[in-house]
This record gives sequence, structure tokens and C-alpha cells, in this order.
Amino acid sequence: MDFLVGAFKPPCNVSISFVDTKTRKQVPLKKDNGQTIMVPLFQSQENIIGEVLIEPTQGKKFEHNGVKIELLGQIVVLVIGGLSHYTWPDSILASSVLFSSVAELYFDRGNFYDFTSLVRELDVPGELFERKTYQFEFSTVEMPHESYNGINVRLRYILKVTIGRNYISNIVECQDFVVRNFTPPPSINNSIKMEVGIEDCLHIEFEYGKSKYHLKDVIIGKIYFLLVRIKIKNMELEIRRRESTGSGPNTYVETETLAKFELMDGAPVRGESIPVRLFLSPYELTPTYRNINNKFSVKYYLNLVFVDEEDRRYFKQQEITVYRLLES
Amino acid sequence: MMIPDGIEDEEKWLAEGIAGIQHNAFYMHRALDANNLREVLKYSAQMLSELRTSKLSPHKYYELYMRAFDELRKLEMFFKDESRHGVSIVDLYELVQHAGNILPRLYLLCTVGSVYIKSKEAPAKDVLKDLVEMCLGVQHPIRGLFLRCYLAQISRDKLPDIGSEYKGDSDTVVDAVDFVLQNFIEMNKLWVRLKHQGPGRSREKLEKERSELRDLVGKNLHVLSQIEGVDLEMYKDTVLPRILEQVFPDEYHLQTLETLLGACPLLQPTVDIKTVLSQLMDRLSNYAASSTDVLPEFLRVEAFAKLSSAIGRVIEAQVEMPIVGAITLYVSLLTFTLRVHPDRLDYVDQVLGACVKKLSGKPKLEDSKAKKQVVALLSAPLEKYKDIVMALTLSNYPRVMDHLDNETNKVMAMVIIQSILKNTSCISTADQVEVLFELIKGLVKDLDGTDVEELDEEDFKEEQNSVARLIHMLYNDDPEEMLKIICAAKKNIMNGGPKRLPFTVPPLILSALGLIRRLQGREGDLTGEEVPATPKNIFQILNQAIEALTTVPSPELALRLYLECAEAANDCDLEPVAYEFFTQAFVLYEEEITDSKSQVTAIHLIIGTLQRMNVFGVENRDTLTHKATGYSAKLLKKPDQCRAVYACSHLFWVDDLDGIKDGERVLLCLKRALRIANAAQQMINITRGSSGPVTLFVEILNKYLYFFEKGNPQVTSAAIQALIELITTETKSDSTAPDAVSDPFFASTLRYIQFQKQKGGAMSEKYDSIKV
Repeated sequence: MDFLVGAFKPPCNVSISFVDTKTRKQVPLKKDNGQTIMVPLFQSQENIIGEVLIEPTQGKKFEHNGVKIELLGQIVVLVIGGLSHYTWPDSILASSVLFSSVAELYFDRGNFYDFTSLVRELDVPGELFERKTYQFEFSTVEMPHESYNGINVRLRYILKVTIGRNYISNIVECQDFVVRNFTPPPSINNSIKMEVGIEDCLHIEFEYGKSKYHLKDVIIGKIYFLLVRIKIKNMELEIRRRESTGSGPNTYVETETLAKFELMDGAPVRGESIPVRLFLSPYELTPTYRNINNKFSVKYYLNLVFVDEEDRRYFKQQEITVYRLLES
Repeated sequence: MMIPDGIEDEEKWLAEGIAGIQHNAFYMHRALDANNLREVLKYSAQMLSELRTSKLSPHKYYELYMRAFDELRKLEMFFKDESRHGVSIVDLYELVQHAGNILPRLYLLCTVGSVYIKSKEAPAKDVLKDLVEMCLGVQHPIRGLFLRCYLAQISRDKLPDIGSEYKGDSDTVVDAVDFVLQNFIEMNKLWVRLKHQGPGRSREKLEKERSELRDLVGKNLHVLSQIEGVDLEMYKDTVLPRILEQVFPDEYHLQTLETLLGACPLLQPTVDIKTVLSQLMDRLSNYAASSTDVLPEFLRVEAFAKLSSAIGRVIEAQVEMPIVGAITLYVSLLTFTLRVHPDRLDYVDQVLGACVKKLSGKPKLEDSKAKKQVVALLSAPLEKYKDIVMALTLSNYPRVMDHLDNETNKVMAMVIIQSILKNTSCISTADQVEVLFELIKGLVKDLDGTDVEELDEEDFKEEQNSVARLIHMLYNDDPEEMLKIICAAKKNIMNGGPKRLPFTVPPLILSALGLIRRLQGREGDLTGEEVPATPKNIFQILNQAIEALTTVPSPELALRLYLECAEAANDCDLEPVAYEFFTQAFVLYEEEITDSKSQVTAIHLIIGTLQRMNVFGVENRDTLTHKATGYSAKLLKKPDQCRAVYACSHLFWVDDLDGIKDGERVLLCLKRALRIANAAQQMINITRGSSGPVTLFVEILNKYLYFFEKGNPQVTSAAIQALIELITTETKSDSTAPDAVSDPFFASTLRYIQFQKQKGGAMSEKYDSIKV
């Protein structure tokens, strides 16, 4: 009977807590189910110390095959590269309901890549009679990548407690946390300066003061008009995020426009110089991620857009690098 | 009563706009009461978005603006009280800049900016400067004007004027004036731009709208006048020039020209009136160039006369003005004239004349800037008219050039020549040629006082090549005039001196020969010897010209030209003339051409030309061919001798119907060539111990074949056979090394014979007896 009870009801409650929960900064994290929870924030090479509390329900003893805690860094790719190569059975294609369920299945399952995996054995196989706490410590953990919640890809860190059991499924409890890493200001930070144009229509010279910006930075620049033969209605500066997942032919690219910032209203004449001043703080940017574990990249672009009176759009896109500056 | 649709619509749009403002203002008030900054910013931005409309006339837009203005006052009160929103003014200044749309953003920025200045947390001038710069983002004329009007209004009581609480150590009245002026300038630019708004709006309506807006712009001047710190000195030195320079629309300047110019000579010498005036003229000329419609206005106000006299007065009044200043003014005036009165050459001449007057009695210009300006002055008419002939009619043009030093004079001459060449304009009368050569005399002859120091060889060559090209631009269809042109050109060229003649004589000769050829073509039209433009007369002139070259000395060139002339004379059927030219050529050969290499070239030229001559009688021809063959045999090197001699064979065989065909003498030449070749071979044998290549023999063989095919009875197949065998033995002898040139040459000659033998027909029969 013991077996049966255990199969339907967890024989114990597991909770994970950090030693410095009170002093550590908490940041919001959006879960898969859409809920936002507050989780602790770490950076690379910090010590992650805490304890695991296991409380057998109703004071009953239960057997186990050992207790362990893992620290996992995972990349979850939500779009599977193989999806397009999958040959759907005709019957499935015939039914849209089935189709969507299969797709969801695929989508939900995702592809997990653990790039970091550390284990601490907490207990040898045996029996548990009463509540018991286990201390754990992961020292100076290398966490080179930041937590990231994208459209097609997520990068997350979790602590995972597993209580191994014979014949029946293990008891698993997870605790998320967020990692953010800081970069010193770049030693070289050239301006972006370029002359572009459409022959005999529009010639401009633009200049953005820097090519690398921190998350709370300001983009300062100017747009100089060398030739204006089209009737410009307005000019905007867009910040675009380009998330690419996978590699080779299975690369999935999502581009989002995070900011549309009007720089100019009306048509300038030749020789006019329009100032640019765009504060980045209102927008939810992340640092630029280049080829994280060969799985994904996140890049940022400034897109200068001209709209003429016939609503035709002319644009010039420039990549910028975003980095996280240590807040002092 | 009928109401036009447009007006009715506008009323509707205005009503909608006001409703939009009221609606958002309502929520803004609620947020203000709740001290909710976030909501305040949201609704105030939405409210201000109503001002983004393009549908309203300035008049209606003003109504809308005033509604928003009132609401902004309440907003300003809120911003001022930090306890209500809890955000420092510096952060607030950033926060309002997060707004995505530019117009609401800038209205909010100006509003916060005004509070910022009052807080004195930053120097007033910095905030003002930032605001006036950021407002550049609104380029739409009406919206921009009202925005800047708002800026002017909120900043009025915050200028760092004398006696103002905002005047700090670093903030001076200059900053206040700068700010007001800059805002004023920008507003003016926007106002002027209104005129060029899209079509579909009637001009009349536009003008009405513009006049409504003029008051907005004018307010700035009012503010300016109220800045107490502006004293007379500052007004004169800073304010007035800047206002004069930039701000007023062109047509305004035009209409008030007299008043403006009247004031100029009265200004202190310290004021840079030169810049003001030349910029004024530049602007007016641009204005004139912008549309032909405005030209009558210029005529009506007599712009040229007024400007001209004003400049005169200014130059007179400001004795201290450096010469470059005066010339700059003349350049501007000239540019203005060329744009506004392109048909009035007399004006152009007048300007140049005034410049001459200013320059006269002074030493030649030394200042490089001044020289540059004069070049600009003189280049302007050339660029405008693209026709040097125009410039040639300007009497003062050469007089201005006289005031240039030699070097600049040359530069100018090059400009003139380049202009002619670029526009391929023909100089078509002798008078013009005279004037032109007067203008470019710096290039054509040594001027007095030319530096003795070495001229740059390459520059000199380029100059002279340009002159040479120029000579080809002197052209008239009428032979009489063309002859005059040639004479005029020759007269000028002949003074050029030994270094220039080799460049300039050839084009002259060729141009004249061109005329001769034309005359030859229309021989029937000419009547007798009385006409001066006969080939004969021209040849006389040419003879003199070439003679000059021989004294340079440049005998090779002269020889070529003599031969050219001889050939032309031949075509004109003038035997004595042709003979004379040949004689000259031979004399040159005998007396002047001493270098053996030149001799080879010369003798081949002579032979080639002589071969083509058909005008000579037997006696003359004999004399000349005898001379030529004689000289050929006397060349220094044996191979040269050999080649010249076999070339002479052609002198006795002209492949025309009535050409001379003296087979015997042909053979004599060829045999003699063979002998020389043999002697050459032996010489090599003696000096080097091995036989030289058989190239000469193969060449002679080819001559044999030529005459054989042409049917010269003296050239027999047996002789050819013998020659082939001779060459074969020669090449096979042990002492002969294989040669990369002569061996294939001989082989392909043999192949040719083989081909002729096999191709069939009469020629094959002829070749039949030759065995290879």
C-alpha cells in the first residue's frame, strides 16, 4: 500500500532557500506559464549557498535512493530546427486539430542544452523519518551567460533537487534564479559616421557618437542633410532587436522594433543638421549576445527611417553593441 | 449663404482639435490633482499631439496653440513644485525627452527647460542653447514657427541680460543675444520656406498666411530690442551684420536695397562691411538665379546701379581696406551682374573698368589672395558665357590682366585657353585673334622681367601644348578671313623665341595646310591671281614660318614640315613650290642634320614623300631622286645604308597607272643593296669571327618578290632563285648561329612563295619556275 500512496501523493515537501535571501537583490522573472515571480539575482563567480528542507508528509517515513542538488544552466530552444524537415503523416495534415496539437507538443518540449551542470550529493540512499535540512554550497560558479527570455530561445539557471526512488518516479523540485553579468566600459568606442543617399534624391550624413552603449546610455548624434529632393514627412530612429536561433539553414530570426523615436517633423532643406538624443533607459534592452554556446545571438540595430509624403520609407540600419555597465 | 468647403472643413478640424485638447487636458488635470507624474506626462503628451495637425491654416492653428499654451502654464506650475512629483529637475528634463513624438516632446522640454533655468541648477545659457538646438527637429514651417514662438515666449524673462538674475559669471548678454538671434534666424528660415510649400495652395492664400505669421517672427526683434545689455557698439558689431547677413528674405533685401546700402559707407571701418556686402550680393544673385520671375524686380529697383555705386562709395570711404577686399567686392558684383543681367556686357565691362581704376597707379599685385581674386574676377565671365568671344569684346579685360604679375598672368591665360578648348568655341576673326593673343601674351612670348630662373620644364610643355591646341581653334570658313587669322597668329607666334616655336609652329603650319586643302577643293570658285588667299601666297608665308624653326634650331621638325608642305604643293600642282620645299629639306639634311640616327629617319621621310610626288617633270625628279639615293648610300652604318638604298628602289617604280616604271634602275638599287648587305656580312665576319644574321638579305628578297609580282621585267625568277639559295647556304653554314628574328622571317617568306605557287592563276604560273 505504501507504494500506492506514494504514487499518488508526494511523500514529502521539498523547499530550496538561499542563505542571503534577505539581502540579495530580487528581480522579476516571467515563467513559462505567464506568471511573473521574484527570484534572486546572481552574477558569475558568486557563491551560491543555501539549504534544502525535506519534510515527509504526515510524519511517515519513506525510502529513497539518495538526494542530490544540481545547478543547471540551460538553453531552451523553442523552435526546433527539425520541425520543417519533419514529414507529417497525411492523417495529421488532414486534421487541423491534430496538427495544432502535434505542433504544440513539439513546441512545448523544446530542446534543452545544459551548458553548466554541477552536482552536490546531499544524502546517501536510506530512509527519511522526519524533516531534515541539507546545506549546500556551489562556490565561485562560472556562469558566463546571462539569463535571457527571448521569443524563440530562453537561457535560464535553476537549482534542481532530486530525491531518487526505486520503481517510482523521482521527486524533483526546482528553483529559478537570474544571472546578469557586468562589463567595464569599452576601451575603444568609435562613433558611427556615414554618408548615404539615393542618387539625386536624398543624401545625408549621419553620426552617432558611439558604437557601444550601456543599457542606460543616451544616443547622441546628428543627421546632416546634403541633398533633399524628396518630400520628407518625418524621420524616426528605431531600435531593433534581432534574435537569431540555431545555425546554418536552420537559423530562425526574429526582429522586434523596441523603439520608434521621432527625430524630425517636416521636410528639411539642404544644409540642415538635425540633432539626435535618444535615452535608452525607457526601453527593455538586454546586452548584445554574440553566438551564445553556438545556439543563439541577440543583436541590436539603430534604424534611421525617412518617410516621404507618399508614405514611402527609406532607411539605413546600423548595428550597435549594448552592454551592461556595472551600476555604481 | 454659401461657405466654401475648405473653410467649413477647417472649422470642423479646429473643433476636433480643441475637443482633443480639452479631453486630454481633463485627464491631465485629474493627474495633476493626484500629483501623478506618470499620468501627467502621458496626458500632456497626448494633448500636445493635437498640435501635430497639418490641416489648419496658421490663423486657426494659432487658436489651437493658444489653448495648449494655457494648459502648459498649469503644467509648468506642477513641474516647478518638486514636492508634488518628487523628481529632481535634472531627471525631469530627461524624463520628458522619452516621449516618442517630437512635437509634444519639445513642447514639454521647453516647459521643463523654463523651470530648469529658474531653478538655477544649470547655467541659463546652456539650457537655452540646448533648447534652441533641439528645436531644429521640427522642420515643418508652421509647427516649427509656433514651437519656436513658444520657446521665445517662455524664455523671455529668463535671458541672461544685464540686471537679470540669470546673468551669471559665465552667462553674459552675448549669450542672450546669441540665443535670440539664433531662434530668430531659424524662425526666419522656416517662414521663408512657407513660400515653397507644396502646390495646390494658391499663391495669394500663401502670402496671406505668411503675413499672418510674420508677426511671430518679428516678436524676436522686439525681444532683442528689450535686451538692455545691447548697446550701440554691440548692435553695430554683432547684431546688425548678422541680421543683414542671414535673416531677411531675399526679396526684402531687394526692396530695401537703397536704405541698406546707404547705411554701409557710414559704418565704422571696424565693421566687416566687405563680408556683409559680398554676402548680400551673393544672396541676391542666388535669389535671381532661383527664378526668372524675380528678374524684373531687379531691373525695377536698379539693383546694379545701386550696388555698383555703393561699392564705389564704400571703397572710397574705407581707404584702409586692403586691395583684396576691394577686388572681392568686385567679384561679388560681377557674379551678381552675370546672374541678373547676363545680356548686359557693358555692366561687366563697367565692373572690370572700376577694378582697373582701383588697381591703376599701384604696383603689380603681390598678395596671393588678391591675385586669386583677380583670377576669379576674370574667370567669371568666361564661365558664364562659355564663349571667349564675349570676353574679347570687353575693353577692360586686358587692362585688368596687365595688373597681374607674369606668373598669374600665365595662370589666367591658361584659364582662358582651357575655357576655349572646353567649350570648343572658335575664334573666327583676325581682330579677335589679335585681342586673344594680347590676353595670353604671357604664354606666347617672354614678358619683360620674366624670371631668369629655370621654369619648370613640364609646366612649360603643358602651357605650350595648350597654346598649340588653341591654334586649332582659330578658324573661319571664309578663306580670306582665315588667311588673315593665320597671318595674325603667325605674327604673334613668331615672337615666341626658340623654346616656344617647336610647339607653336607645327599647328600653325598644319592649320594653314588645312586652308590650302580647302582652297584646292574649291578651285573653281577662285578667280585668278588677284585673290590673296591662294595656295601660292600661303606657301610663301609657310616658308617663312618654317625658316624660323631652322634657326631655333630644330632641323628635324623643320624638315618634316617642309615635306608636308611639299606634298601639299604637289596636290595643288605647284611644281616650283614643291621643288623649293624639297630643296629646303635637302639643304637642312646636308647642313643641319648631323646625328646619324636623325639622318636615317630623315632620309626615309624624304624617300617616302618623294615617292608620292607626281608633280615633278623628269628633270626635277631625276635631280631629287639622285640626291636621295646618293644620301642613302652615304649613311654611316652599313645596315642603314642597305635599307635606305633598297627603299630608294621605290622611287623608280610608282605603282600608279601613269607612274614612273624604270625597272632597270630598280634592279640597280636592289643589286647595290645586296652588295652593301654582303659587305656588312663580311665586316661582321672579320670583327666577330662569325656571320651575322641574314635579316638584310631576307629583306632584300622581299623587295625582289614585290617587284617581281608588280611585273618588273628586270627582276627575274632566276635572280630570286639565286638569292634564295644564297640565303639558304648562308644560314646553313657552320659559322652562322641560328637567329630568332631572321630565321622565322626567312621561313615565312618561303612559305609565302610556296603559297603563291599553289594558289593557282597567273601569279602561280609566274612563280612556277622558282623552286624552294
